[in-house]
Amino acid sequence: MSSSQVTERPALPAKRQLTTKPRFSDKVFRTVVTSGGLSSLIILGMIFIFLLYQGFSILQSQGFHFISTSDWNAVVDDNNVPVPSQSHFGIAAMLIGTLVCSTIAVSIAVPISVFTALFLTFYAPSSIKKIMVTLVDLMAAFPSILYGLWGFFVLMPSAVYWAKLLHKFFGWIPFFNMQAPVFDRSPFVAGVVLSIMIIPIVTSISREIFGQTPLDRIQAAYALGSTRWGMIRAVAFPYARSGIVGGAMLGLGRAMGETVAVYTVLNIVYQINWHVLLGAGGNVASMILMKFGEATPLEIKALMAAGLILFLVTLIVNSIADVIVAKSGKSGR
Amino acid sequence: MSTVTIPKPQKPWKATPRQRIETGSILLISVLLAVLLVAVSPLKGKLGYVGAFVVIYLIIDYVVVRLNHGKSAGVDAFFRGLVTMAIGVAVLPIISILVSVVVRGYKGLHLSLFTTDMQNAAFTDENLAAGGLKHAIIGSILIVATALVISLPIGILTAIYMTEIRGKFARPIKFLVQSMSGVPSIVAGLFILAAIVYPLTKFYSSFEGSLALAILMIPTIARTAEEVLLLIPQDLRESGVALGGTQWRTVQQIVLPAARSGLVTALILGVARVAGETAPVVLLTGGGDGTQWNIFKGPMGTLPTYIWKAFGSGTEASIARAWTGILVLLVIVLFLFGLARFLGGRKVK
Repeated sequence: MSSSQVTERPALPAKRQLTTKPRFSDKVFRTVVTSGGLSSLIILGMIFIFLLYQGFSILQSQGFHFISTSDWNAVVDDNNVPVPSQSHFGIAAMLIGTLVCSTIAVSIAVPISVFTALFLTFYAPSSIKKIMVTLVDLMAAFPSILYGLWGFFVLMPSAVYWAKLLHKFFGWIPFFNMQAPVFDRSPFVAGVVLSIMIIPIVTSISREIFGQTPLDRIQAAYALGSTRWGMIRAVAFPYARSGIVGGAMLGLGRAMGETVAVYTVLNIVYQINWHVLLGAGGNVASMILMKFGEATPLEIKALMAAGLILFLVTLIVNSIADVIVAKSGKSGR
Repeated sequence: MSTVTIPKPQKPWKATPRQRIETGSILLISVLLAVLLVAVSPLKGKLGYVGAFVVIYLIIDYVVVRLNHGKSAGVDAFFRGLVTMAIGVAVLPIISILVSVVVRGYKGLHLSLFTTDMQNAAFTDENLAAGGLKHAIIGSILIVATALVISLPIGILTAIYMTEIRGKFARPIKFLVQSMSGVPSIVAGLFILAAIVYPLTKFYSSFEGSLALAILMIPTIARTAEEVLLLIPQDLRESGVALGGTQWRTVQQIVLPAARSGLVTALILGVARVAGETAPVVLLTGGGDGTQWNIFKGPMGTLPTYIWKAFGSGTEASIARAWTGILVLLVIVLFLFGLARFLGGRKVK
C-alpha cells in the first residue's frame, strides 16, 4: 500500500490578476464618451464667449445704458463709416416688450394647459386621451413659421376683434388703455400667438406631474367621500403645484426666445409701450432678425450684444424652471 | 346544496338613461338660451354665441346638480364643465391651423413643384404653376442631413455618458442639456455668425446653417436617446459584463442594438425639431433661388427660406406660394412625427 507514489503535480498557471482597472478599449471608450458628453458644456460656453467677444465693445461703450435706454441710432459719417462715439444702442424697449409678450402668453396658456392636463389625466376616457395627447404633441412639432403665417392671416382678424372688445369693456384698466385706435400687430396679438405655441409644452409637463400623483392619496381622498374636483384640489394641486410653476417658467423661456412667429405678428417700435392693445411693441429676438439684413458692422456688434442678453435671460429662466421641475413631486403632502 | 346565484355584473358608474336625459336637456336648454340671449342682447358673432353658451351651461349645470346632490357635487360639476371646455380651447387652434394650411395651400400644388426651382420664376408671378420647390426641398434635405451627421454622434454620446458611464458630471450634464434645449434659435444663428462666419469664412453657406441647426438638434436627440437607453433592462448590461465583455463591447453589441428603434425615434424627432426652423437659416444660408448641391459654397434655398421670402414679397400670388410651401413642410413634419410615433409605439411592446 505504501508503494503508491506521489507524482509531481503539473505546475499551476500563474494566477490571473484580478483587477478593477478598465482595459485599454474601455479607457478609449470612456474618454470618447465623456468628451462627447461634455460637448453641451463646451457649446454653451462657446456661445457665451463668442457673443461676448463680438459684443464687448458695444457693452463697454454703452455700459448700463444698453439695457436701460431705448435709442437705436447707428450714426455713420459721409463715407458710410460708422462713428461709435455718436451711436447709441439701447434695448430697454425690446426687453420690456419681450417680457410683456411672454407674460401675456403665459397668463393665457397656463390656465388652458393646466385644465387640459387635468382633463387628460383625471377625466378623459382612454380613447379620447390617446387622440388628444397625440394632437397636443403634434402641436409642439409645428414649425414656428407656420404659427407666424397662421397668426398673421387667420388669427389676427379674430384677435383684433377680441382686443377691441377688451378695450371697450376694460379700457379703464391702464394696460388696456390706448391713445390711437391701432389694434393690428400689437403685443396682445403676439402674446396670443405665443400662448398657442407654448400650450403643448406646459400641458405635457403638467400632465406628467399630475400623472405622478400617488395613487394611494387619490384613493384615500375618494374613500373619504371626496368628489373628483375635491380630490384634485386637496391632492393633485398641492402635489403638482411646483411642477406647474416650473412648466410655466419653461413656457416663459420658450416664449421669450421665439423669433419668427413674433416677427410676423408684431410691429416693432423703439419705444417702451405698456399699452398691450396698441400696435407697437418690442421683442429682442425679432428685432435681431429685422435689423440684421441692413445692419452696419457696428450695428451687428450691437445685435450680438443683444443676442448675448437674450441668451443669458432665457438661460436663467430655463435653468430655474428645470430646477423647479426636477424638484417637484417631492413636495406636497 | 344551495344554488349559487351569480350576481349580474353592475356598472354603477355608468350613466343611467335618466341621467343621460338630464345632461342632454341641460345642454339643449343652454343652447336655446344662448341663442335667445344673443338675439335680444347686444352680444353678437361666433364669440357671442360661444361665450353665452359657456356661461349659461356652467350656471345651469351647477344649479341643477347642486339642487339634486348638494354643494360639493355642484362645484364638481362646474369644474368638470370648465375642464372639458379647456380641452376644446386647446384643440381649436390645431384644427384651425391644419384646415387653413390645407385650404390655402392646395391651390399652389402642381406636379412641376417638385421638378423646377425659382431660378427663372418670380414669387409674385400670378401663374402659380411657374417655378417650384425643387431647390428648397433639396436644400432642406442637405442642410438637415448635414446637421444630423454632426449632432447624432454628439447627442448619442451624451446620452451614453448619462446612462452608461454615469460619471460625476452626469447630473450637471443632464442639467446643461436641458438648458441647451431652451437656447433660442436666433441665438444659435448669431453664435455661428460670431464664431465662424465673421472670423473665418466671411461668406454664407448652408454648412453654417447646418452647424446652427445641429446646436438645436443635440438636446432633442440627447434627451430622447437618454430616455430610451434608460428603458434597456439593467440585466442586459450585467449579462454582457458577466460574459467577459468590456463595457465598450457591452454597449456596442448589446445596449445599442437593443435600443435601436428608440434611437431612430430620437433621430427623427431631432429632424422634425429643426426641419421648420427658420431664423438661423435665414441668417446663415442666404436663401438662394437656384438648385444648389454644394453645401460649402454660396447661398442655398430651403423650405423655410422659401416660405419666408414668399411671405415677405407680400403679393397675393407670393402669399399663396408661401402657404403651398407651408403645406409641403407640414406634410413632411407630420410624416416624420407619425414615423417617430410608429417606431416609438413598437418599442414599448
